[in-house]
Amino acid sequence: MTRPTPEITAINRPYWDGLAEGALRFQRCDGCGHAWLPPRSHCPACLGTQTRWEAASGGGRIVSWVVYHRAYAPHLQDRIPYNVAIVALDEGPRLLTNITDSATGEGFATGAPVALTIEEDDGLHLPRFRLRG
Amino acid sequence: MTTLRGKTAITGVGHTAWGKHPDRDRLSLMTEAAAAAIADAGLEKDQIDAVLVKMANSAPSILWGQKVAEALGLQPTIGLSLDQGGAACTGLATYAALAIEAGMIENALILYADTPRTGSRAAMHRPRGDDSVMGWYSVAAGYAMLHRAYQEAHAAPPEDFGIIAVQARAHGAANPHAHLRLPLSMEEYLSGPLLIEPMRRDDCCLVSDGGAAIVLGATARARNPARAVPVLGLGQAQESWEVHLRPDLLRTRAEASGQMAFDMAGIDRGDISFAQLYDCFTVTVLQTLEDYGLAPRGQAGAKARAEGIGLDGWLPLNTSGGLLSESGTPGLQLIIEAVRQLRGEAVLQLPAPRFGLVSNQGGTMHTHATMILGEPQ
Repeated sequence: MTRPTPEITAINRPYWDGLAEGALRFQRCDGCGHAWLPPRSHCPACLGTQTRWEAASGGGRIVSWVVYHRAYAPHLQDRIPYNVAIVALDEGPRLLTNITDSATGEGFATGAPVALTIEEDDGLHLPRFRLRG
Repeated sequence: MTTLRGKTAITGVGHTAWGKHPDRDRLSLMTEAAAAAIADAGLEKDQIDAVLVKMANSAPSILWGQKVAEALGLQPTIGLSLDQGGAACTGLATYAALAIEAGMIENALILYADTPRTGSRAAMHRPRGDDSVMGWYSVAAGYAMLHRAYQEAHAAPPEDFGIIAVQARAHGAANPHAHLRLPLSMEEYLSGPLLIEPMRRDDCCLVSDGGAAIVLGATARARNPARAVPVLGLGQAQESWEVHLRPDLLRTRAEASGQMAFDMAGIDRGDISFAQLYDCFTVTVLQTLEDYGLAPRGQAGAKARAEGIGLDGWLPLNTSGGLLSESGTPGLQLIIEAVRQLRGEAVLQLPAPRFGLVSNQGGTMHTHATMILGEPQ
């Protein structure tokens, strides 16, 4: 079993294309101004359909993080221990990601500022973050 | 305004042994539990006119409620399977209470069985959508995010989480029905292996095979009123969003669910004699105690350690061992233990409890339902 690949759809294609082009994009509603991830056809705040893609500045903060000591799939066996973190972008949207500085979370803190670093991983461009400052 | 307070009662309870059932399937376990609950209620099978099933976590199935009814030889007025995660059994009790009060049905059977111990644990280990590309797998990981957020925000020491596991295991060790009858010391908890940090192995509930059932009927028509436990309060509120999309990881809609149940029951927090709280992971109990207004924010663990959560403690908690020690089954065992306490039939029996509080919740605290039960009249 290899790493899963995202299911590319008409709705989320700009997100994954953006990463391959070096930008982390999120959606914003023309009607109410709400910004969000993951990609959707409708604004989850006002249900409007007039939405646009914006490139994130790349700044964000750690909301929480975990460190896996158990591999839940065979392809993760040689990756443990590894971290998964929740990052809130400065623009508001939140996503699950990895912090690249330390597999086991050394030096992480809630609220710690982080900066985007897009990494190519087995042919897929993934939005990861490094500690800032 | 009408109220459901006390209109319905749990008249029967039943369950299989908890643990491993390598030669049984879900229908077999559910039938055993159903027969026990129907007999406990003093009813004949044909008096059951609603079969309400929580969907099996490890085997989502179309028309599951009908397959269960077929195995029970019933063609009920109302039959359905509900997916609400671990909140579903109390969700189903709410549905049943409304239907009984509306005169649509008389006796509802609410049941669940699954075999994740000897069968597949794939649902618990599953990749979580497209986020799995980041390594985001399992049910436990979301709770580990909540555990970390709680620990960081409140500077909570690991002992605040450990006390929940240590006390549950003490209660389970005394319960002959419990799947795991192995006491846990705080030292053993602290030295246990990390699973998904900051969660340790013993922060996580059991994975158990088994089946359970309850019968709900009109209180006024109970065959044996002295053993009919009235449902005084019901509440629900659904957090719904994935953990990483929630604006606040330190509180959930359990707060609104608990308030609804206390309002319906018309009692105060201090009136509660015991609580059976859904302890899939230790952080869930700390958050639920705080969301319910039973402990100040960030202090549930410290309060539990200082004032006790055993039989003689501040709040006797999970008196049969909960998901951490009695059975990992998602929720009905908590209701059954509350019924036994209020009937005076529990293994670790409290002296004359008056009001029992039960929480059911599912996903990663995505769903929540609350039940308050009273003494038989």
